[in-house]
Amino acid sequence: MTSAYNKMEMMICTAARFLEDGTTVAVGTGAPCAAAMLAQKVNAPNLVIIFEAGGLAPLLPQMPISVGDSRTFFRGIMAAGMNEMMTTCCRGLVDYAFLGGAQIDKYGNINSTVIGDYYKPKVRFPGSGGANDFASFCWQTMIISVQNQTRFVEKVDFITSPGYLTGPDAREAAGLPAGSGPYKIITDLAVMGFHPESKEMMIESIHQGVELQEVLQNTGFKPIIPESVKTTPLPSDTELRILREDVDPGRFIIGRQ
Amino acid sequence: MNIIEEGQNPLFMDPDPDKAREFFRKKPRAMTDKRMTEKEAVDKFIPDGCYLAIGGFGANRIPTAIIHEILRARRRNLGFLGHTSTHDFQLLCAGNCLKKVDVAYIIGLEARGLSPNARRVMESGEVEVCEWTNYALCVRLRAAAEGVSFGIARSMLGTDTLKMSGAKVIECPFTGKRFVALPAVWPDVAVIHVHESDIYGNCHIRGISVADLELARAAKRVIITAERLVDGYAIRINPTRTVIPFYLVDAVVEAPFGSYPGNMAYEYFSDEQHLALWLKAEKDPDQFQKFLDKYIYNVSSFEEYLELCGGIKKLKELRKLETLVDR
Repeated sequence: MTSAYNKMEMMICTAARFLEDGTTVAVGTGAPCAAAMLAQKVNAPNLVIIFEAGGLAPLLPQMPISVGDSRTFFRGIMAAGMNEMMTTCCRGLVDYAFLGGAQIDKYGNINSTVIGDYYKPKVRFPGSGGANDFASFCWQTMIISVQNQTRFVEKVDFITSPGYLTGPDAREAAGLPAGSGPYKIITDLAVMGFHPESKEMMIESIHQGVELQEVLQNTGFKPIIPESVKTTPLPSDTELRILREDVDPGRFIIGRQ
Repeated sequence: MNIIEEGQNPLFMDPDPDKAREFFRKKPRAMTDKRMTEKEAVDKFIPDGCYLAIGGFGANRIPTAIIHEILRARRRNLGFLGHTSTHDFQLLCAGNCLKKVDVAYIIGLEARGLSPNARRVMESGEVEVCEWTNYALCVRLRAAAEGVSFGIARSMLGTDTLKMSGAKVIECPFTGKRFVALPAVWPDVAVIHVHESDIYGNCHIRGISVADLELARAAKRVIITAERLVDGYAIRINPTRTVIPFYLVDAVVEAPFGSYPGNMAYEYFSDEQHLALWLKAEKDPDQFQKFLDKYIYNVSSFEEYLELCGGIKKLKELRKLETLVDR
């Protein structure tokens, strides 16, 4: 019996399970940080967490507020710099990138720069930070995002970080490392993957209590629907307890609605 | 050379390494006492219109004491290198100090949310922008530190970030593969907060160095603010730890708790309550002006600001929160 949980907790618990023990992951700020820390405490004790500012493989005592704060190298293996961490990604040593984003399209391209005209934007967001770099260099990119029509769009206003760009082979044609690209999108409604040939977003599993129709209504394009849609496993009591008590006791992330 | 694609935004700084070498040729190398106050450092090295870069990352190990002084000095039309700039960018926007910004990460305060005022400033269209990524700016600084006119990386390929940058896509002469040429940037001045410095500017940093080692070597002038000043012997007894040598440095400012309200690894954690006050005050422009008067413009020194924010009592609490202290 799993206790009640909110959407953010569901997303973080689901995301954490995709991080296998003994792999390397570069994480962005916010929910990805929480997922990596939860994974480290539940299913992947030897997960090597990489922070762009220089923290390598910390034993996270609490969820970092910034990907450069002192928790990001607490009892770490190394306190280095951005050059060291980013070049490690460049050489192909980093398995996963774990990111958030304002807008995402069917090829997994992310917009975290602007809505509207670039020079006089309706909304200005922070920009790439290290996200474009991670999405370019790491082997597989995962994204945590709330799913609705504003965020999941046919075409993003601005490609800040590369997904599959315009479709099959587009990454390689642009000069990005061969064999890299988006892997999973974890939302409050479902887990999405990408079709191996068309590189379009494909529903993999839908969360308990969510109907397929609800997923489609909250997607601004038509995702590929497989013949059988699985149900995402529920978060366990252990995951929820550790998430609430150890990972985010201040409810910085899981308190967001 | 065959240019396959290029960004459409202008370069704010000249990438010619020989012009930079001419500057460095004349830069003094004598090991002299470079101590001065925040105000003296800003007066001397941060004029209106100069191109500024700030060390640290996010609200971590940032030279807040100097940034407050830049606001009080009413500096205008500054260029800025914005690589994961958070509270520092928020401050410079609050002071209307900026004219052009090389952007990798601005406006946001990471998990804390976005700055309403910095958003207003950047959405007005009055500040010129050029788009990059954190690693791209790191490579640009590294190229400058190496004394060459560009560095190469595989960042930004295929994206609008590249289209709105000042980078160029070139073909590798060995493999024929595509790479992004990133122009070197020699900032006019860098301000870096460190744990320890001697009076000459030989510095120790504990924890992550972010892009500060590259920045200190790329910037034409470097202002160091230090938690503590140490005797020159403390440097010479352990030269392995020196990360910035004196001849890069132009000013040394003693600034205990100088990264407040930001985090300083092994010293104190960020003051989340105070940073939340900023985000709240920024929502209403009138209220925000009063807030700025109270905390910055009507304050004569950084020490006075620390007092206003709770003084020693508050700082002791932040020391406790700094989880890196091994117990």
